Amino acid sequence: MNEFKGSQNYVASEELMRAVNIAMVLQKPLLIKGEPGTGKTMLAEAIAAALGKKLIIWNIKSTTKAQDGLYVYDVVQRLYDSQFGGVGVDNIEKYVKLGKLGEAFTDEEQVILLIDEIDKADLEFPNDLLWELDRMEFHIPETGRTVKANHRPVVIITSNAEKELPDAFLRRCVFHYIEFPDKELMAEIVRVHFPDLDDKLLTQVLEAFYKIRQLPQIKKKPSTSEIIDWIQALVHGGVDPKRIVKEVPYLGVLLKKNEDMDALRRNWR
Amino acid sequence: MFEDFLYLLRKNGLKVSLTEWMSLMEALDKGLHGSSFTGFYHLCRCLLVKSEADFDRFDRAFLEYFRDVPFQQEVSQELLDWLDRPDVLNDYANWDEEQALKNMGLSEEEIERMLKERMEEQNEEHNGGNYWVGTHGMSTFGNSGLSPKGIRVGGQSMYKRAFRVAGERKFRDFRRDNTLDTRQFQVALRKLRQFSGLVDLPPTEFDVDNTIQDTAENGGLLKVRYKRPRENTVKVLLLMDSGGSMEYYSQLCSALFQAVSKSGHFKDLRVYYFHNCVYGRLYNDPLLMSRNSVTTDWVLSNIASDWKVIFVGDAQMAPYELMGGYYGRNNSGEGPQSGLDWLRLFRSRYQNAIWLNPSQRPQWGEYWTQTYDAIARVFPMFPLTVDGLEEGMKKLLTR
Repeated sequence: MNEFKGSQNYVASEELMRAVNIAMVLQKPLLIKGEPGTGKTMLAEAIAAALGKKLIIWNIKSTTKAQDGLYVYDVVQRLYDSQFGGVGVDNIEKYVKLGKLGEAFTDEEQVILLIDEIDKADLEFPNDLLWELDRMEFHIPETGRTVKANHRPVVIITSNAEKELPDAFLRRCVFHYIEFPDKELMAEIVRVHFPDLDDKLLTQVLEAFYKIRQLPQIKKKPSTSEIIDWIQALVHGGVDPKRIVKEVPYLGVLLKKNEDMDALRRNWR
Repeated sequence: MFEDFLYLLRKNGLKVSLTEWMSLMEALDKGLHGSSFTGFYHLCRCLLVKSEADFDRFDRAFLEYFRDVPFQQEVSQELLDWLDRPDVLNDYANWDEEQALKNMGLSEEEIERMLKERMEEQNEEHNGGNYWVGTHGMSTFGNSGLSPKGIRVGGQSMYKRAFRVAGERKFRDFRRDNTLDTRQFQVALRKLRQFSGLVDLPPTEFDVDNTIQDTAENGGLLKVRYKRPRENTVKVLLLMDSGGSMEYYSQLCSALFQAVSKSGHFKDLRVYYFHNCVYGRLYNDPLLMSRNSVTTDWVLSNIASDWKVIFVGDAQMAPYELMGGYYGRNNSGEGPQSGLDWLRLFRSRYQNAIWLNPSQRPQWGEYWTQTYDAIARVFPMFPLTVDGLEEGMKKLLTR
């Protein structure tokens, strides 16, 4: 049986691994929420790598419609072809292109399907996908064909909580909220990225980092990706570990807003 | 099996449906809880709860229901007899600070393992100690004990300190009935977005796909189709109380302000400031300088009546500031004569207006409640919390 136990490049908390396995066994989509930068998107990549399966990513934008994920019927191309007497205009199948969901269904092997940032789309978007995700099939009326999943894909959905998702949709999901990693887990995560990092430097970095995050005046709190970049900068610049907590060098890597930088300078001691 | 738990969750305001409950049963059937209590807790949570805002509610219900779940291992009758000591005194004579700290550091699994070891070793009654299974002591098992963590074996729950993961309730901050803070400001944004999706518009946008489809079906004769634009038409006028008693809520108001201004999905947004109550002038910034202000009349005549008006203020001031004629009077002697008159003027011009209040109605003292109640009679008033905001948005959308 497939079981997810984290991967070489991704440190997952025990709860998260449990949630992933629950979703896989129950064959339900796994809905992942969490602060930006807690590695929601990377999770799907890690699962795919750990299970040795292909990953299909469907990036959701504000204009994405559910239909786009199933298939697109290129009417304009067909009209165009018909005017110039192109070959095979009668064959509608030629103008039906499968979307990401369709791709995941028709793959010969079981795949991991990542529906990234589902909350970016219109409010009704998740509802439009209920049937397809439940039954793992959809119908193309233009050609009369029904696309049915050869193997139920493992569906991972991420959300930044910009919009509330409909209840009917939520009922079908397994839900996991990625908490911001605590110091120990963060140390582990950093180790994955920098295996040879100096212990002293790491302790200092973590101390400064969590101190910054705790300042209530900071509006946009730095996240995992920022700490990784910061360490990169510190190592590259050859900064003395002793200076880190006191001076917070390369602050611009951690904080992206002027007001946050000012707030830090005012409140740092 | 434990259906009561389902009803307890629902009673606590969690919308758990039968679908989810059945999934939980299926998962338990498949052994997904890994036969550990922590596993069971996580399994329940990820199947039954669908928002981090509800985690705390879930934790509370879980704690209430499973708090006194007896230790499920086989316990010998002899041990239970030793432990059946409801007569022990309720005092802290055996409290041991050092042992307490040590016990705090133990994980649930460690304690379970230690308990199993002790049960094999133990052959007599032990009370008041810190090693054996007994009553009234500092060990992590037994009952009526003083250890901050532990597993209850036999007896009656006395100090209710036996730990459960849920007991930590670390998701308390995510609850939605908390007053809004900076962290929850995205949630506010989300609420304000919701109400833009509901606007109905006439179909005015050219629909390429359907036009081509219909034209093709029409034998090549052009047949034009239109669809509804997806744009939002909500226009918002935000009026915020600034200074004085509102200083306490400045962070809260700034969070709301950011949520409204950043959302960027309103067709138009205007923000003005006032102090305590709206009078003849409205100010462009919270500093309330008259050189940076407009007359309220100008606002009333230039902002159309289909705008949604949101007042933010604590509605607490000296009664004469609201009812008296000193601040509100027009020089001409016509029009509104007091702050309350100005508010009524807004009320009659704008059909959709609400008042968000960061403060609660004062508990006593007619002095402060007077203006609070007077304003609440003019505008529908909602607390400035996520739930209150949601209610307010609903109110703004009613026609």
